[in-house]
Amino acid sequence: MNEMFTPKSLEKLRSEVERWESNEVAAFLKKQAERKEQFFTTGDFPVQRVYTAADMADTPLEDIGLPGRFPFTRGPYPTMYRSRVWTMRQIAGFGTGEDTNKRFKYLISQGQTGLSTDFDMPTLMGYDSDHPMSDGEVGREGVAVDTLADMEALFDGIDLEQISVSMTINPSAWILLAMYVALAEKRGLDLNKLSGTIQADILKEYMAQKEYIYPIAPSVRIVRDCISFSARNMKRYNPVNISGYHISEAGSSPLQEAAFTMANLIVYVEEVLKTGMTVDEFAPRLAFFYVSQADLFEEIAKFRALRRCYAKIMKERFGAKNPESMRLRFHCQTAAATLTKPQYQINIVRTAFQALAAVLGGCQSLHTNGYDEAFAIPTEDAMRMALRTQQIIAEETNVTNVIDPVGGSYYVESLTNEFETKIFEILAYVEEHGGTIKLIEEGWFQKQIADFSYETALRKQSGEKPVIGVNTMVEEDENQEIETHPYEPSTAARQIARTKKVRAERDNAKVAMLLDKLVEVASDETQNIMPVTVELVREGATMGDIVEKLKAVWGTYRETPVF
Amino acid sequence: MSQPIRVLLAKVGLDGHDRGIKIVARALRDAGMDVIYTGLHRSPEEVVIAAVQEDVDVLGVSLLSGVQMTVFPKIFELLQTNGADDMIVVAGGVMPDEDVAELKKMGVNEVLLQDTPPQTIIDTLTRLVEERGAR
Repeated sequence: MNEMFTPKSLEKLRSEVERWESNEVAAFLKKQAERKEQFFTTGDFPVQRVYTAADMADTPLEDIGLPGRFPFTRGPYPTMYRSRVWTMRQIAGFGTGEDTNKRFKYLISQGQTGLSTDFDMPTLMGYDSDHPMSDGEVGREGVAVDTLADMEALFDGIDLEQISVSMTINPSAWILLAMYVALAEKRGLDLNKLSGTIQADILKEYMAQKEYIYPIAPSVRIVRDCISFSARNMKRYNPVNISGYHISEAGSSPLQEAAFTMANLIVYVEEVLKTGMTVDEFAPRLAFFYVSQADLFEEIAKFRALRRCYAKIMKERFGAKNPESMRLRFHCQTAAATLTKPQYQINIVRTAFQALAAVLGGCQSLHTNGYDEAFAIPTEDAMRMALRTQQIIAEETNVTNVIDPVGGSYYVESLTNEFETKIFEILAYVEEHGGTIKLIEEGWFQKQIADFSYETALRKQSGEKPVIGVNTMVEEDENQEIETHPYEPSTAARQIARTKKVRAERDNAKVAMLLDKLVEVASDETQNIMPVTVELVREGATMGDIVEKLKAVWGTYRETPVF
Repeated sequence: MSQPIRVLLAKVGLDGHDRGIKIVARALRDAGMDVIYTGLHRSPEEVVIAAVQEDVDVLGVSLLSGVQMTVFPKIFELLQTNGADDMIVVAGGVMPDEDVAELKKMGVNEVLLQDTPPQTIIDTLTRLVEERGAR
C-alpha cells in the first residue's frame, strides 16, 4: 500500500465501490444491459467498468514519479513540450536523391522540423540498382542509394549540423551511416554536431519486418559496431533505433511490441558491454521507435510503461549511473496498417487520434501517415495534411502545456502497471527459454506475432473488431477516385547511370585493396567495421560491392516461415 | 471425397511484408486446403518452378512493394513456357486500382487486397477451382 492510503481509508473506498456496484450499477443493469459482457483493450487486457484510487493503492508513488526523473514514467525531460514540442518528422523517400531532396525541401518549407528518409527495397536489402533482384524496385518505395554520390544529391543544400536526419534502414545500415559520415567529412562538418538516427535494429527484422542479409551473429556485431563507433565519434547521434513499430505492423499486440523491444535492447547492450565500454558511455544515445495504434489509453499506458521498464532495466540490470542512460526517448508513427482504402478520407481522423495518443504518451518525434497510404506511397498533399494534423495538436489543443496530463488517471496508471508486470514476465520467459536469439531461431517471436495477427483478422471478419468503412458503415457505391503518387519511369535509368559513372571514375585498385581489408576486419570480431566502410564509400565503393563481399565471408540468412 | 485444393503461396521480390500471406496460409490450411508457402524474397522463376513441380491448383502471389507490373508479366511468361498456363493465379497485397484492372486483363483470376476477410479468400479460391473443373 502506498502512502496515499491508510488501511482504514482503503477499506472504506473499497466498500464504497462494492456498494455502488450492488446499488446504482445493479439497478441500472436491470433496465439496460451493457454493450458486452466483458471489455478488453485491443491487446486483450481486461478492463473494469471504472477505476478508482483503490486500483493504484499498490503502486509505489515513486514509480509514477516526476518528468525527467527516474523511472521517467512521466517523460524523459523535466519540461517536455513546454520547452519545445516534439520534432515533426515526416518520412520521405522516392526516386533518386534529387527527387527526394525536393520533397525534403518542400516539407521543411511547410514547417517540418526534422528529416526522415525512406530507402527503396534494393537499398534496404543491400543490392545495387542494376542488380537483377532490383528490377522494378529502384526508387519505387523509397529513395535509391548505391554510392556516396547519391547521398550527396539527397542532402544537397541541407545543413546537416542544423537539422536532425533519421534513416530507416537495417541490414545495410552501417553502409549508409558510413556514407553519412563521409558526406559530413567532405563538407567539413563536425561529426559531433550531427544529430540524427539510424535504425539499425536487426533483431526486429528477423522477428517482424524481414529485411535481413547475413546470419544473426554477424548482423548483431554490425549493430554493436554502429553503437560503439557513434559513441566515440558522434556524440549527438543515435546509432540504433530499437523498434516496436514493425513488430506491431506485422500483427503483434501492443504488449508484444513493447516486450520484444526490451528483449532486443538487452541483447544489444550485452554485446556492446563485451567490447569493454561501460553502459554510461553509450546508453544515453540508444533510441526507440514505437507505433501509436487506435486504442488511445492502451497506447498511452504502453509508452509510460516502456519508459519505466527501460529505466529499471538500465539501472538495475546493467548498473547505469548516468540518468541519461535510463531515460527512454522514442520516435512514434501512427499505424499504417489501420489505414483503409474504402472512404480513405477518414484515415485523416484515424491518424489524428493516434497522433494524440503519441503526444499524450510523450513522444520525442512523430510521423503521421498520409490518408492515401492504403493505395501507394503518399502524395505531397497527403503529407501536408498529415503534418498539419500534428501542427493542430501542437498549436491549437493546448495538450502541450501540462506534462503527462493523463498521469494520475486511475485507469491509465493501473494499465501502465499491468504493462510493466507483463513486460517483465515476457522477458523472464525469454530468458528461461534460452534468450532472444535462440527464440528467434526457433520462430517463437514470429509465431507469437502471427497468432495475434490471425486473431485480429478473424475479429475483423466477425465484426468483433469494427473497422469503419470495411466491416461497418460500408458505402456500397463508393466512388474511390484518388490521385496517387506516380512512379517516374525514368528513375531506374537515371539512377543506374550515376552508379555506372561512379564505378567508371573511381580508382578500382584502391577499392579492391579496401575490400580485402574489409574482409580482414569482418573476420576479426574484435575490430570495428565502420572505419574501413567509411574509407570504402569515400573511394566510390557501391553498397552492392560491400554487401556481396561480406556474403562470401558470413553467408546469408533464410528463415523457416511459421504461421 | 474430392482431393483437397492445392495452393502455393509466394512472396516475390524484396519486400518482407508477410503479415497478410501468413493469415491467408493459415486460413486456407484451416479450411482443409494443402498449402505450401515459399517464404520471402523469391524470384518469379523459383515460384513458377515450385508451383509446377508441386502441381498446385492455385498460385497466390503477395506483393506490397509496388512491383506487380514487373512481376506478373514474368510469371505468366514462365507459366506458359512451363506448360502451366491453365494454373489459377491470384494476387494479393497493396496496389492501386488501375493496376488491379491491368492485372486482370493480363490473366490474374482474382486480386485480393488488404482487409479481405479470410472467409472471402477461402470462398474465392474454392469457386475458382470449381469453375476451372477437374484437370
